[in-house]
Amino acid sequence: MQDAFVRAAERWPRDGAPSNPAAWIVATARNRAIDRIRRERTLARKTELLGRLEELAPSDPEDDETVIPDERLELIFACCHPALAADAQVALTLSLLGGLTTPEIARAFLVPEPTLAQRLVRAKRKIRDAGIPLRVPPEHLLPERLRSVLAVVYLVFNAGYGPPVRRELCAEAIRLAALLATLMPDEAEVHGLHALLLLQDARRDARVSADGELVLLEEQDRSLWDEDEIDAGRRALDRALALRIRGPYQVQAAIASLHAEPETDWREIALLYARLLALTPSPVIELNAAVAVSMADGPEAALRIADGIDSLDGYYLWHASRADFLRRLGRGDEAAAAYARALELAPSEVEREFLRGRLSAT
Amino acid sequence: MQYLLLIHDRADEKAWEAMPEEARNAFMAEYGAYTEELRSRGFFVGANQLQPVSTATTVSVRDGETIVTDGPFAETKEVLGGYYLIEVDTLDEAIEWAAKIPSARFGHIEVRPVVMRTAGVAA
Repeated sequence: MQDAFVRAAERWPRDGAPSNPAAWIVATARNRAIDRIRRERTLARKTELLGRLEELAPSDPEDDETVIPDERLELIFACCHPALAADAQVALTLSLLGGLTTPEIARAFLVPEPTLAQRLVRAKRKIRDAGIPLRVPPEHLLPERLRSVLAVVYLVFNAGYGPPVRRELCAEAIRLAALLATLMPDEAEVHGLHALLLLQDARRDARVSADGELVLLEEQDRSLWDEDEIDAGRRALDRALALRIRGPYQVQAAIASLHAEPETDWREIALLYARLLALTPSPVIELNAAVAVSMADGPEAALRIADGIDSLDGYYLWHASRADFLRRLGRGDEAAAAYARALELAPSEVEREFLRGRLSAT
Repeated sequence: MQYLLLIHDRADEKAWEAMPEEARNAFMAEYGAYTEELRSRGFFVGANQLQPVSTATTVSVRDGETIVTDGPFAETKEVLGGYYLIEVDTLDEAIEWAAKIPSARFGHIEVRPVVMRTAGVAA
């Protein structure tokens, strides 16, 4: 226990005391002991552990005394191993760490349920049969392995952000991000992701109204935003920026931070989206850039950008955004048609309610 | 765990023969050093270079009839040139050793876990 106290004394001034210090100390001491035991494990033992961890429900923060943080971190690195296909990494993490059911994961990724079920079975089998280790990767492998993990954590958060909002998933993603930030304090993108999740999570109570309707960012009741979480997010972003290695999560966090300002600087946000597009080109990011441009420069420029994106015809938000630009340009009929198409594609009732509201306003 | 590292490299025998002797020797020396490193670390179980794919014969039995054809099982741009059988703890180690195989820079190494049998039953 002695060295656990030493580690705690080193960590807390930098990271802030954990909410349950006694549990953290017990957990750390157990970590060290378990590390030693782990080195003697056989493959069968690892498979057994994997099986037991599979049965864990998404953890409750109150359980931290018994659930050792690093155990879940090991599991996430195993789930995100490059020997597994990318879609299997995400599905497995959501299944084993996020506690989502197979149907829920299937819906989140627009994949038939039997396909998803097979994907999970095959991935677990591969971990067992190919000897994918259940451990935090060694130093020299850690950076590349971390990239997959961050992508998966972000996807877990988004699955929980919804709508519908599933708080335990968002909380799980934030816990994992915080864990990663403690483990890898010199990784800018880890802090970047942590910041992004905190800043987005801060808005959770304002995003969906009491009636379960989706509320647009600019219409949200800011008094419902979690100011402490926004501050925590900005501190994490500062930690990231201090490391002077830019990356997409940091840019997204900076955008989220700007959104949390009393006056929204759309021009700055549009510039950040341009930078984000340069780092990680994607049609969805281009769509978000169009929305920012619509606020900074007007709907005509935005519509031109949106119309230039080829591959989003199946994405309800593309149609919804186009509808919004068309509505603001006074092209009511076209706007109504676009809202109708968005309605057909909307994945849940919350979005449909919101779109119906927009449709009736055109 | 045992892993078979299957070395798939360029099929072009002529290109290999056209290489200057020095270059060929240097390449083989890399293999020698690699094998030696595996041995000294205690991970080496076995290895062989295979004769070129032009020496291959494919055999199958259908309806009691043995069918023999000239050539490999499948005509591919890359061919199986050899293998290493190693014993390491995890897939990560197998991947690292696969990456060190000289042909990994030009071809592909397939890493396959071996079915481990105890008393005739697969573990």
